[in-house]
Amino acid sequence: MMRLPPFLYVSPRTVAEAAKAVAEAGPGGMLVAGGTDLYPNMKRRQFEPTTLVGLAAVRELRGVRGSAREGVTLGATTILSAVATHPDLLRHYPALATAAGLVSSPQLRNMGTLGGNVCVDTRCNYYNQPYPWRKAVGFCMKKDGDICLVAPGSRRCWAVSSSDTAPVLWSLGARVRLVSASGERTIPIDALFRDDGIEYLAKRPDEILTEIVLPPAEGWASTYLKLRRRGSFDFPELGVAVALRLEDATVAQARIVLGAVASQPRPATKAARALVGQRLTPDVIAHVADLAAGPARPLDNTDFTHPYRKKMTRVFVARALGRLAGLERAGRDEEELA
Amino acid sequence: MNKHEFSVIGQPLPKIDAWAKVTGETRYADDLVLPRMAHARLLRSPHAHARIAAIDTSRAAALPGVYAVITGADLPPVKFGILPVSQDEEALCREKVRMVGDAVAAVAALDEETAERACELVEVTYEPLPALMSIEESLAHPEVRIHEYGDGPNVHKSVALQFGDVEAAFAAADLVREDVFFYEGNTHLPLEQHAAVAHWGPDDKLTLWSSTQTPHYVHRLLAKILAVPAAHVRVIAAPVGGGFGGKLDPFAHEIAACQLSRLCGRPVKIALTREEVFYVHRGRHPVLMWLKTGFTRAGDITGSHLRTWLDGGAYGSYGVASTFYTGAINPVTYKMPVYKFEGARIFTNKPPCGPKRGHGTPQPRFALECQIDRAAEQLGLDPADLRRRIVAEPYTKTANHLTVTTIGLGECLDRVVEASGWREKWRGWNAPPRGRGPVRRGVGIACSSYMTGAGSAVYWNNMPHSGVVLRADRGGGVAILCGATDIGQGSDSILAYLPAEVLGIDPKDVRVHPADTDLTPVDLGSYSSRVTLMCGVAAIQAATRLREVLFQAVAAKLEVDPSRLVARDRKVGVPDDWDRALTFAQAVELGEAMHGVLAFAGSYAPPKRAGKYKGGGVGPSPCYSYSACVVELSVDEDTGMVELHDVWLAHDVGRALNPLLVEGQVEGSVYMGIGEALMEEQVFRKHVHKTPSMLEYKSPTTLETPAIHTILVETDDPEGPFGAKEAGQGPLLPVMPAIANAIYDAVGVRIDEVPITSEKVLRALDLKRQGKPARVGPEKLPLFTFKTPLVVESAFGQPADAITRRPFA
Ligand SMILES: Cc1cc2nc3c(=O)[nH]c(=O)nc-3n(C[C@H](O)[C@H](O)[C@H](O)COP(=O)(O)OP(=O)(O)OC[C@H]3O[C@@H](n4cnc5c(N)ncnc54)[C@H](O)[C@@H]3O)c2cc1C
Ligand code: SF4
Repeated sequence: MMRLPPFLYVSPRTVAEAAKAVAEAGPGGMLVAGGTDLYPNMKRRQFEPTTLVGLAAVRELRGVRGSAREGVTLGATTILSAVATHPDLLRHYPALATAAGLVSSPQLRNMGTLGGNVCVDTRCNYYNQPYPWRKAVGFCMKKDGDICLVAPGSRRCWAVSSSDTAPVLWSLGARVRLVSASGERTIPIDALFRDDGIEYLAKRPDEILTEIVLPPAEGWASTYLKLRRRGSFDFPELGVAVALRLEDATVAQARIVLGAVASQPRPATKAARALVGQRLTPDVIAHVADLAAGPARPLDNTDFTHPYRKKMTRVFVARALGRLAGLERAGRDEEELA
Repeated sequence: MNKHEFSVIGQPLPKIDAWAKVTGETRYADDLVLPRMAHARLLRSPHAHARIAAIDTSRAAALPGVYAVITGADLPPVKFGILPVSQDEEALCREKVRMVGDAVAAVAALDEETAERACELVEVTYEPLPALMSIEESLAHPEVRIHEYGDGPNVHKSVALQFGDVEAAFAAADLVREDVFFYEGNTHLPLEQHAAVAHWGPDDKLTLWSSTQTPHYVHRLLAKILAVPAAHVRVIAAPVGGGFGGKLDPFAHEIAACQLSRLCGRPVKIALTREEVFYVHRGRHPVLMWLKTGFTRAGDITGSHLRTWLDGGAYGSYGVASTFYTGAINPVTYKMPVYKFEGARIFTNKPPCGPKRGHGTPQPRFALECQIDRAAEQLGLDPADLRRRIVAEPYTKTANHLTVTTIGLGECLDRVVEASGWREKWRGWNAPPRGRGPVRRGVGIACSSYMTGAGSAVYWNNMPHSGVVLRADRGGGVAILCGATDIGQGSDSILAYLPAEVLGIDPKDVRVHPADTDLTPVDLGSYSSRVTLMCGVAAIQAATRLREVLFQAVAAKLEVDPSRLVARDRKVGVPDDWDRALTFAQAVELGEAMHGVLAFAGSYAPPKRAGKYKGGGVGPSPCYSYSACVVELSVDEDTGMVELHDVWLAHDVGRALNPLLVEGQVEGSVYMGIGEALMEEQVFRKHVHKTPSMLEYKSPTTLETPAIHTILVETDDPEGPFGAKEAGQGPLLPVMPAIANAIYDAVGVRIDEVPITSEKVLRALDLKRQGKPARVGPEKLPLFTFKTPLVVESAFGQPADAITRRPFA
């Protein structure tokens, strides 16, 4: 069996203790919440931390507070199945509940946390492989090597942002609170990500993501669609998050954010702008879907061929908008019962 | 016996090991722990093809906690292989590696982590050779030889057989179709990864517990490979957590564990990672196929000519048999008076292919059933009616000299047609689409047949293929010892049900002791759907022998004629004087007092019906199962995604000894078929399996599994135990072509290769929109000249040979 490398596990009780523990652990330290992403990666030797600071026992990090009127605050270690089934989220932030409910499998949603999902490692099928495989094929710059195997001339890594909730949170205008031993800051979630497969988070490793703050939901409608081969278990090969504010059936504000097409969630700004002031007619939807597919530039490093993923971007954006427009729901329903 | 006279047979009983399985009590090989046990790992090659210049194990051996490090030099210099004609494997490669994952060294240490670290310290100097990763590459580079033997450079086996005059048959046809298909390979994906524990005892005797489907073959081969007397080797098959053909060969890890145990004087455990299981493989061969078939206007087949090219991977394994099997079974299903088959297996630098559920037959089945669908369209016939018309005749011989006995295919077809609502749902060729928006519905149909046990062993011999010893105990229990291996299919349960039925006791009164070469008579192994039939007949024979003795003793006691006695409800007595019936335990005591120890053997060997031509040994079977399948699905024209709604599968199982177990086999087959048809891909990137993990190698989940409607058809075959035929492999076969045919019905595109991914469906739909032929599939065939065929007269329509006449009966 694949085994974990040896490491020291620290289990603080408070955020302050946790912040101190990561700071003290230095470069060999890492945070772990549910461990559903990190532990398998450690078994494949993608991470070899000497100290893990576990967040499971930090009670203040868990739970959902607030309301749709004043905004909702989610503790970072709230498990995904709680997010997926929370009545207020289901009603007022349905895209988030849907995305959380589409992550992996029921078992993983019971362990995996929202914060861990936001910070989940980027993926690439040259990289998410056991050590002997990577040794046979050749190591790449994301771990143990110095070239990119997908885009050999490239000086950067193109591993894919594979979080289901990150594009949704971005489309909802969420903010995140980061706490470290030296202070804290709250930033818009789009400022948390960087378009780089290795340094995909714009936060210091000693900063703990403690909270995700959603703005008031009133007037907003949202949805999330996920492309994957199977109805469960699989990471997104494409995620489409759409949030709209409608005034008398006319779009007043719009955000479309694509997941799994780049090393960070990618907003389809042009497409969103084209929606504003429009009614969601089939023609408008088709036009906007074409615009949204523009920025999607998938590479051959995930499941499905990349031309197919590009094609599906248009189809899925159109379907997401069709859903919000209340048009007859077309196509295969990607929802899974928790 | 009629069905209602049975007490155990036909009952939907839980498996005898069900409780242990669901409570986690079952001890698989990896659960075994022995005192002082060491843990081993293998070092595997990162190169697909390379010469080994040097191996230095000194740093590994010096690592604290390491007990032993071995390379090929520490094993006797013998090559081995499961088939006598393909002795081409080494446990630890000595001179050359032929695929990524070939083992080159092994380490035993105090724990797995240390063994793993020591493996990394073994220094192997490789001189890389060009890697041949496809049939085309291997044929194009005869100067690069993967092996030195075979029927040509990189050609492992080439066969050509002709039964009757195919050209004349095509000339007589109204429609002759030629089509090309590709069946992508796939792997078994058992949940349990291979594991073994070896113990070379202080008495210089070896015991191996292993997750294997063939303890007998492993026993024979270990003796040869380790150069020890077979008398001092004991192989015990631990409960197997799924096999599907992936645990049928002797493997490097088993051999290494034995040798390491010998050297370090401790028991040694080795457990493979999922990644290693993908490299060990022995799975479905990728097969490229060319099929030419002649049809009359009414739909009758005049003759058929099949060519197959198998991508064999790096070693022989069962490949010679696989090659023959691609040609053997198609004529068993339909009336096919004339038949020609040419096949070739090519070596490549990939994990070796071998037997996977359906061994060699799903590929040509896919080709034939998809071609029949097209022929039906061209002839304007309902594809269900066409098939119904051409179902083979029972108790005859096929063109290739196979004897068929009972055939329930007609009834299977009628019942799936009825149950699925085929008459309403299939609305003719080119009917307007069903469905709303971009989602279109369709139905498809296909049939198949499969052997119930291979007629010959993998090594030639005249001994039984299966044997049991049955021992009655004074407490009224019965112990049955049999070499059969339960891989989840339920053979242990069958070994309890059948004696219980014969002896009138409860299956719970039977203790089954399986698969231990020291204790149990040989059963050749869990492959070719042979176990229920062969060990079943042997078990009935042994139980009947015991019953005769018990009847004699009870008859003497009750002063009646033994012919008046019956055994039921744990009693033996005269039916109309049941008050005086003795308990089974009393009967045993009387019997033992009269005859001495009550231990009886049962033996089974198949009827000798091999065709009298070279190659005639592959394909004969005591009897054949039949299946018919209707699939209803929908295709999303925007995404190419296929969603299955319902599968109706009727299976002629001869008799359902336990309908629950048969349904389980059918459902598992349908599930596996969906994966083969739509998802599973054995693809390589830079010479390595692209997705060696459960997450990335896409196989369906329960959410992709549709409602499965199983219909069991009983034909009471004279060759089977209480009339039973196989159920473990046959029901898989029609699923893939039925899906392909249903996709055509839904959206009018032909995907002539599996897996039928959404990308391929979308590509075909794009072609259709552009007015081009709406087909995705192979375009070219390899440049390869088959040898001159062996021409044999067609035996089509001749009466069957020697029904129920077999050795040891
Ligand atoms: C088979 C399988 C399938 C999966 N499928 C999906 C899928 O479909 N969609 C999907 O989005 N994910 C999927 N995942 C990934 C993972 O399960 C989820 O993303 C999960 O939400 C991760 O949460 P966690 O708490 O387990 O994270 P962990 O594994 O604990 O952590 C993940 C990363 O985030 C960091 N981290 C965690 N919490 C914090 C915090 N509070 N502050 C700062 N850093 C933090 C960790 O240091 C680590 O780098 C899958 C994983 C597996 C093994
Ligand atoms: S994108 Fe390139 S560098 Fe990044 S993980 Fe994949 S192969 Fe490695």
